[in-house]
Amino acid sequence: MAGAAERPLSPHLQIYRPMLTMMMSIVHRITGVALYLGTPLLVAWLLAAASSERAFTFVNGLYGSWIGLLLLVGYSWALIHHALGGIRHFVWDTGAGFGPGPRELFAKLTIGGSIALTGVLWIVIWLVKG
Amino acid sequence: MSATPGSSMRTPRRRVAGLGSARSGTGHFWLQRVTALANLLLILIALPIVIWAAGQEQAQTLAILGHPLVAIVLLLLIFSVCFHMRIGMQVVIEDYVPAEGMKVLALIANTFFTIAVGSAGAFAVLKISFGG
Repeated sequence: MAGAAERPLSPHLQIYRPMLTMMMSIVHRITGVALYLGTPLLVAWLLAAASSERAFTFVNGLYGSWIGLLLLVGYSWALIHHALGGIRHFVWDTGAGFGPGPRELFAKLTIGGSIALTGVLWIVIWLVKG
Repeated sequence: MSATPGSSMRTPRRRVAGLGSARSGTGHFWLQRVTALANLLLILIALPIVIWAAGQEQAQTLAILGHPLVAIVLLLLIFSVCFHMRIGMQVVIEDYVPAEGMKVLALIANTFFTIAVGSAGAFAVLKISFGG
């Protein structure tokens, strides 16, 4: 809008020292966008299964390749990170956990938990599927 | 006709509507949280099923995904996820696209994209489940 930039603006990201809580907030948004772009991956698999043997074999081949598996590992990490970040928001919605202690703890649990759970998930997948 | 102290500029109609200065109230926030909770619960059910069905022969995969209970979970998941995607991306667009025209176009594209992805996913699940 015309004239909007002439108003004084409040300082944005560049003025703050990076902090874990801030990073987790940013990563929550980035993983959200990544998951948005990743949902068609699941839909492509469903559509291929519904379409033909050839399409299904093709998509399975893609997701079974090392690039495909890498993509799925990244997708699952983004999903778990976004889910844990969402649970953190549910806790905050009750009014709890805004203090410096819990806040830092939640940030650590989100990043640590997402990496650990992704590891557990893929170990389980590897054990079950071979 | 006497106004409540501190709210002299607001009509009673405006106060009961509770939509505030943004004129949309807390509807967006609430839907974000409700779909988030639905996504969380549905993913916990759907993830083991998808892992089980993945990488199998097509007939096997179709049999698993086509089971009515599985199909219902997948349909609910697709619907809830695409709704959550739409209102989440809406906020991202509103934050980062300053030009009014581009913003409106991006918001429309967001709506088209999420409805297309959701419809495609739902169609695939229904086709598999109805045995087509």
